[in-house]
Amino acid sequence: MAADISFCDGCMTVRLGGEIDHHNAGLLRESIDSSAERKLPNKLILDFSKVGFMDSSGIGLIMGRYRLIKELGGELEVIGASPQIKRVIKLAGLERLGLNVG
Amino acid sequence: MEKPINEMRLVVPSRSANESFARVAVAAFVSQLDPTLDELSDIKTAVSEAVTNCIVHGYRDTIGSIYINARLFQNGKICVKIHDTGCGIADVKQAMEPLYTTGGSDRSGLGFTVMESFTDKLRVRSTPGKGTTVTLEKHIERRTHD
Repeated sequence: MAADISFCDGCMTVRLGGEIDHHNAGLLRESIDSSAERKLPNKLILDFSKVGFMDSSGIGLIMGRYRLIKELGGELEVIGASPQIKRVIKLAGLERLGLNVG
Repeated sequence: MEKPINEMRLVVPSRSANESFARVAVAAFVSQLDPTLDELSDIKTAVSEAVTNCIVHGYRDTIGSIYINARLFQNGKICVKIHDTGCGIADVKQAMEPLYTTGGSDRSGLGFTVMESFTDKLRVRSTPGKGTTVTLEKHIERRTHD
């Protein structure tokens, strides 16, 4: 399970990889949160283009990071989600939060 | 009762590393019905949710056995039973409500919602103190081959 984190002009981009389930969501959460709390970005981009599988643990991961970036006064964007991942995201109604899912 | 054309049983301890093993093992077994990639990923997602529930809720502070039974039928029906002998659910109806969770702030409470919408039929039987059985059913479109 990989997450490649980079920063540019206050924007934090997390390129996720592999499969996101309960087993590896915890480690991802820790590495994203510790970076975000150190660098205080005003925008967080979660890039799912290298993620082959995600279950509802990924929804918990997105929702928790949404709360975190809102606390920092920033925005969250979700990009690169496959059709399977988009279906899971749709079930959670994340678009209703005004979350950008591309 | 209808007889399955093939059957698989799998028992794994409730360690989270087995979430991916369980969903991939079930997917590999049902592949012989020649499902589409979408059908296969629906099954993987539903199995992943059910197995995660056994680990996070059924055996919350302990390690127990997760029993998985998958049956394939002539008409393309797949039936996957996922059973634990953990703490059980007092109120199944409440547990199945979207967004309801007892798992803390990073659990979405969508496990049963995902199982329900990614399969054709979901049955949940639970006895507090005895355990929970989740049965997932999905119909695979039979495709004709030349």
